[in-house]
Amino acid sequence: MSKTLYDKLWDAHLVKQRDDGSALIYIDRHIVHEVTSPQAFEGLRLADRKLWRVDSILATPDHNVPTTSKERESGVEGIEDPVSKIQVQTLDDNCDSFGITEFKINDKRQGIVHVIGPESGASLPGMTIVCGDSHTATNGALGALAHGIGTSEVEHVMATQCLVAKKMKNMLVRVDGRLQAGVTPKDVVLAIIAKIGTAGGTGYAIEFGGQVFRDMSMEGRMTVCNMAIEAGARAGMVAVDQTTIDYVKGRPFAPTGEIWDQAVEAWQNLVSDADAVFDTVVEIDGNGIDPQVSWGTSPEMVLPVHGVVPDPKAETDATKKAGIERALEYMGLEAGQAIKDIHLDRVFIGSCTNSRIEDMRAAASVIKGRKKAASVKEAIVVPGSGLVKAQAEAEGLDKIFTDAGIEWREPGCSMCLAMNADKLGAGEHCASTSNRNFEGRQGYGGRTHLVSPEMAAAAAIAGHFVDVREF
Amino acid sequence: MKAFTQHKGLVAPMDRANVDTDMIIPKQFLKSIKRSGFGKNLFDELRYLDEGQPDQSCEGRPLNPDFALNQSRYQGASVLLARENFGCGSSREHAPWALDDYGFRAIIAPSYADIFYNNSFKNGLLPIVLSEAQVEQLFAEMYKNEGYELSIDLEEQLVITPSGEKIAFEIDEFRRHCLLNGFDDIGLTLQDADAIKAYELKRQASAPWLFNAIKAGV
Repeated sequence: MSKTLYDKLWDAHLVKQRDDGSALIYIDRHIVHEVTSPQAFEGLRLADRKLWRVDSILATPDHNVPTTSKERESGVEGIEDPVSKIQVQTLDDNCDSFGITEFKINDKRQGIVHVIGPESGASLPGMTIVCGDSHTATNGALGALAHGIGTSEVEHVMATQCLVAKKMKNMLVRVDGRLQAGVTPKDVVLAIIAKIGTAGGTGYAIEFGGQVFRDMSMEGRMTVCNMAIEAGARAGMVAVDQTTIDYVKGRPFAPTGEIWDQAVEAWQNLVSDADAVFDTVVEIDGNGIDPQVSWGTSPEMVLPVHGVVPDPKAETDATKKAGIERALEYMGLEAGQAIKDIHLDRVFIGSCTNSRIEDMRAAASVIKGRKKAASVKEAIVVPGSGLVKAQAEAEGLDKIFTDAGIEWREPGCSMCLAMNADKLGAGEHCASTSNRNFEGRQGYGGRTHLVSPEMAAAAAIAGHFVDVREF
Repeated sequence: MKAFTQHKGLVAPMDRANVDTDMIIPKQFLKSIKRSGFGKNLFDELRYLDEGQPDQSCEGRPLNPDFALNQSRYQGASVLLARENFGCGSSREHAPWALDDYGFRAIIAPSYADIFYNNSFKNGLLPIVLSEAQVEQLFAEMYKNEGYELSIDLEEQLVITPSGEKIAFEIDEFRRHCLLNGFDDIGLTLQDADAIKAYELKRQASAPWLFNAIKAGV
């Protein structure tokens, strides 16, 4: 019987199908960070349980770490927020006592969990990959089954190497055609979420297929898979092709020699069969996608850059109408206002969605030779890992940013969720390359607009949103 | 996990769609390394008029009088009535921890985000799915009748209104079974330890690259 990529990944990891409809699924790779793991370690200790397979785990602190070089200089000791410091220290202590490999705060390989997994080769095609973080779907770009889990499940995987799961449904999101210059993977995924809604993918594993994804780099595919959860799907994935294999080759934890050849042969099969049946198929014309900007407080509240903020009066559904009204009030916007007339107080380029080397290059290409608008209080670029940072510096990208009056920071999650000191003030508008525009997400009362790195860079220069294609 | 069999309790509303887990428990409270104590910060940004800080006492903080959970008629509520896509966004299990710590035992909504739904069961918090029309009916009845209580019977898969109307709900058999018995998930899975080991041996032979060790020196 023909299978989808997801069917194949599921079948290959099925340890046991139980009579009650649940299944035991084997987990190949477990990535751990400081926020969602302490209670899991505590649970193991309380029950006197051991790790099933310690060498399947890779840990790094990312959510709480400061991003200024001053605060980073003295490692964990230098973290000024005492509560954050305890959490980062707790991860170090837990990893040390359980024997888990951790890229500690000042290890050059430290970074955002979803950036370092693929970058180090810890995440490979065909794997099941979990992490106590909803953006784990990023790893699905490798042709893997990757998704976020809660802390109870973190503990469960640590103790058993398995998850109790129920198979999801299959959705294909096909985007054919060719993207216009200036239109990026971020715009593609925002356009997808705008179309299917934040609950559109609930209960599904999404495969992103079609010419646009075939033409896309691995970094771009990661941006798209990263935001599958914003469409409600725990897992997003892209089939393996030569781009995937070229990306993985030579990474520190990737196989070598004969085993590499064996692996590559097996990975060729990580595609949906030509006649595989999906429960739902969504089609979008890639030629018609414009640069996107979110205007509201949900990732489905997205418009093309030349759009105008919607009028709640035009909405007939009472719950949706109330949602639009609340979003307009929170965002301080008026119905009919042009997206291009939204002025920015801050700009954030970073997060697990857009902090890989390509994102740094894309932002730098727009900024080169220009200056940040004086009306923008602060613009920061936060690379996704120490290795991304080093690569960007080797290419001189840091200089392009700092010459423009934009800050170049140390790696971490930073202002995507503002658990560290990088946050928005109340009422401030931010052009952000992150993934969530929820109320308060980037700081109490902060107003987030989700965009691509190119669009964020252009907004930092202009002081308001502009169409990067005309910039 | 904590068992759930039957429950009767006061109903409170969370009358908006797409309530995300950032809203249920804002990130600053995620810095805790404990599993308890999140209840006082449940819906912090909606509930209080100031910005909450971790390790801060909430006594004396200014309350938002418009927020349902601050109104006298909803004090002591243990059943939360909500709208579609409840619990979307971040996978933080702190969301069900906060709801549980506050005193909620069950939620009723037309739909939930997958990870939140899953996390709730791990904490003995029952997320019930009813149709949009049924949820709408319960909202209307609740707003009309102060002290509105619902009875929930997981064994029979029923929500029972004060008038005695019985509304059936669906739930996966394995989730229902685990919750009714308060099973320890890990203990249950470890009963299959032999099957897991057998799987590993087979996989190691056919796909050895999946067992590449994560080592510090690499």
